[in-house]
Amino acid sequence: MVAVVKYNAGNIRSLVNALDRLGVESILTDDPEELRSAKKVIFPGVGEASSAMRYLEERGLDEVLKSLTQPFLGICLGMQLMCEYSTENDTKCLGIFDETVRRFPKDEIVPHMGWNNFISHSGVLFEGISVRDSMYFVHSYFVEVGPDSIATTDYILPFSSGLRKENYYGVQFHPEKSADVGQRLLRNFLALK
Amino acid sequence: MLNKRIIPCLDIKDGQTVKGVNFVDIRNAGDPIELAKRYVKEGADELVFLDITATIEGRKTFVELVRHISEEINIPFTVGGGISSVDDAKKLLDAGADKISVNSAAVRNPDLIRQISTEFGNQFLVVAIDAGLINDEWKVFVKGGREATELDVIKWARKVEELGAGEILLTSMQHDGTKIGFAVELTNQLTELLNIPVIASGGAGSKEHFSEVFQKTKATGALAASVFHFGEIPIPELKNYLRNQKIDVRI
Repeated sequence: MVAVVKYNAGNIRSLVNALDRLGVESILTDDPEELRSAKKVIFPGVGEASSAMRYLEERGLDEVLKSLTQPFLGICLGMQLMCEYSTENDTKCLGIFDETVRRFPKDEIVPHMGWNNFISHSGVLFEGISVRDSMYFVHSYFVEVGPDSIATTDYILPFSSGLRKENYYGVQFHPEKSADVGQRLLRNFLALK
Repeated sequence: MLNKRIIPCLDIKDGQTVKGVNFVDIRNAGDPIELAKRYVKEGADELVFLDITATIEGRKTFVELVRHISEEINIPFTVGGGISSVDDAKKLLDAGADKISVNSAAVRNPDLIRQISTEFGNQFLVVAIDAGLINDEWKVFVKGGREATELDVIKWARKVEELGAGEILLTSMQHDGTKIGFAVELTNQLTELLNIPVIASGGAGSKEHFSEVFQKTKATGALAASVFHFGEIPIPELKNYLRNQKIDVRI
């Protein structure tokens, strides 16, 4: 069973649909026990950092998410919330990753919206995926490149398109919206032990 | 590198695609899902579904259709047509739409842009601008291009950006359906001025038109309907052509 973290973030249905297409049973939940006992946890999200963090803290979900031991995948805002700090409304985040979230420069075209490939990537999450393959991105804030980066992409500047620390993974793009390549990445994640 | 997006647009009435479609291997050309799947397979980067139904019953059918699209399609899609409130937007978001596009309602009530982008994020909101020439000035048109307003296109575009639009879909009424190419000059003016993505629409008739709009403007995507529906420009062929012109596209 895959648990998808239920919170106040947009378009979670796309992810559940993508898991359905892969024939994977999933449950949308904010119940600590269900999250702890799931084989895998996915933390999706589109939205704003401070209101999302406030929602998680009010329900004690921040502590639950930080203490999980199974493979965990944050997507888009989910990945950003796993970082130390976001400049989006001066938000202290979960602190799983050491990196900081910043806004793209104001005088450039933002959001970064569309299909982009990789400068580099590594590890099992990207098995069978070329650096030339494109994923679908939509974001105005980015994670700087740091020690936890496992994938980097160029838009205005190089940023982290993938992060990993122990059982925690994050991707900035939307695998659930990235056609067959995105589906491959989800399969790679679901195959993790 | 961020790729330029190629975006087919499907007009929907009572849950069926409206314009005739000329794909030999499609069983039911009126079935939006089957057509959408075909475009995904061909390499479309996004899809737009425009509901041109006027009735309340038809609206419900459309929301149901959006739910099916979200189940079946693994690329992003925008839905538009008749969205005039935060509640309309929420129904479509809950049904699985990645983005919604507003047009006439935003002109009537510009605050709707702020409301929707505050509630759901600016990435969720496309503002469609239909531009037409009146006495050599680009004015905003509403009601599917049937009614002119006093609004200046450039000023309106600046305002919708300020109010929180995540993207602008610019259609030239002067070019739409003519196959003489996109409104390159107007698109260029807008992309030079704005810091949000702009999609060019209206006038696509050949592969060269797509390369022209990407080479001469900073448009991040180009939208077309009939040239794709009638198979006049197959998407794989278009993308190969653009790549040969040194334009970054996803293949």
